[in-house]
Amino acid sequence: MKKILFIEDEPTIQKAISRFLEQEGYEVKNALDGELGLEIAKKMIPDLILLDLILPKKNGFEVLKELKKDDSTKNIPVIALTNLEESDNIEKVLSLGATAYLIKANYKLEEIVEKIKQVLNQ
Amino acid sequence: MYIKKICESLNFVKQCRKYNLGLWQCPSFLFLLTGLIIIIAMISTYLVAMKYTQPEIVALIVIAITTILFIINHFIIQSVEKLTEANRMKSEFISIVSHQLRTPLTGIKWTLNLITRKEEKVKNCHTQELKEISENNERMIKLVNDLLDVSKVEQKNISLALEKTDIKELLQKIIEEYIPMAKAKNIKINLETKMNSLPILIDKQGIEIVIRNLMDNAVKYIKKKGEVKISLIKKNKLLRFEIEDNGVGIPKNDHKNIFQKFFRSRNIMKHETIGTGLGLFIAKSIIKKSKGKIWFHSQENKGTTFWFEIPIKNKIK
Repeated sequence: MKKILFIEDEPTIQKAISRFLEQEGYEVKNALDGELGLEIAKKMIPDLILLDLILPKKNGFEVLKELKKDDSTKNIPVIALTNLEESDNIEKVLSLGATAYLIKANYKLEEIVEKIKQVLNQ
Repeated sequence: MYIKKICESLNFVKQCRKYNLGLWQCPSFLFLLTGLIIIIAMISTYLVAMKYTQPEIVALIVIAITTILFIINHFIIQSVEKLTEANRMKSEFISIVSHQLRTPLTGIKWTLNLITRKEEKVKNCHTQELKEISENNERMIKLVNDLLDVSKVEQKNISLALEKTDIKELLQKIIEEYIPMAKAKNIKINLETKMNSLPILIDKQGIEIVIRNLMDNAVKYIKKKGEVKISLIKKNKLLRFEIEDNGVGIPKNDHKNIFQKFFRSRNIMKHETIGTGLGLFIAKSIIKKSKGKIWFHSQENKGTTFWFEIPIKNKIK
């Protein structure tokens, strides 16, 4: 079973994705802020991280930077999952090492799972 | 035409009202005032110099007038700064609002997504109602996205994001997404192209938005049963996309306004009140940025054909 860490502070969104992914056969762990997210990532070493960009304590950009700095987490693929406008942030996020940038409102849950499968080569 | 424009720009009361500014904050009034003062100053300095020959008096008058001009210019700069700041705040406001609005909209979308799955029990209870909530949800997401696109194209300084794109594949992907909606209205979508699946350099994101907006209109404004014909042609260094529908058409009187922001044609409002009037404005702005052109021909009750042409490059310079 593939393990996914979802770093997201919005409870509704977090619940919807977790439940959906669990039904699809993934093990999902949630983190409500950036600091906690980093901590769990280092302990859990998930197969993939879904990362929101606007987060309390540490924002998504900082989290991504630290994930890519740490040897234990730098190879974990990260998908930025946000509602921030793409044009301003996509280059920044990709240059920091994220695999993809998805605008939440434009995707159905099925499409997100599809993307996860693609990244995990499933 | 040109004279009319100059006259309009001289009508400072109208200009100031348009920007909702008081007279002393309004650049067009202040510029006019500066001009008037300069003319009066020149004439009166001449007259004074004729009467009084002492250079001190003339110098004093010049100093006094320069001071007045300096003060007025100060007002002008202040008001321009204020307008620039307002513009910056508008962009910031839009990006904050879009994020803040899209987040709860995503919450609704995904929760609906979850409860309408096979696995969930609610499935058979309120299928129709859930579908309606979902449609309204999508409408709001589309509106927020349209507003964001408008704010993006209005920031004229953003550069073109050229990307290697297999345009045929992109088009097929978009068409596939529209097939369920078209089927429900008994509309056929046909694609005609002899193009190879070769990647070309275009503003992928932008062109995708343009194609989607044109597809939206074509499918939306065919009322009963019909056909959407799409063709993609590459001729020399131009890419031409054409989309033809046999829908309600655009009345002749509305042709000149069709690309304006928030404009919606009268006959369209009869058939379909949903829509923002932003799609074609966005499309035109994007195509203009790609140095292409977009136009249409249409006959009321017969149908409409929209087309755009953009130059393509094969290599990044």
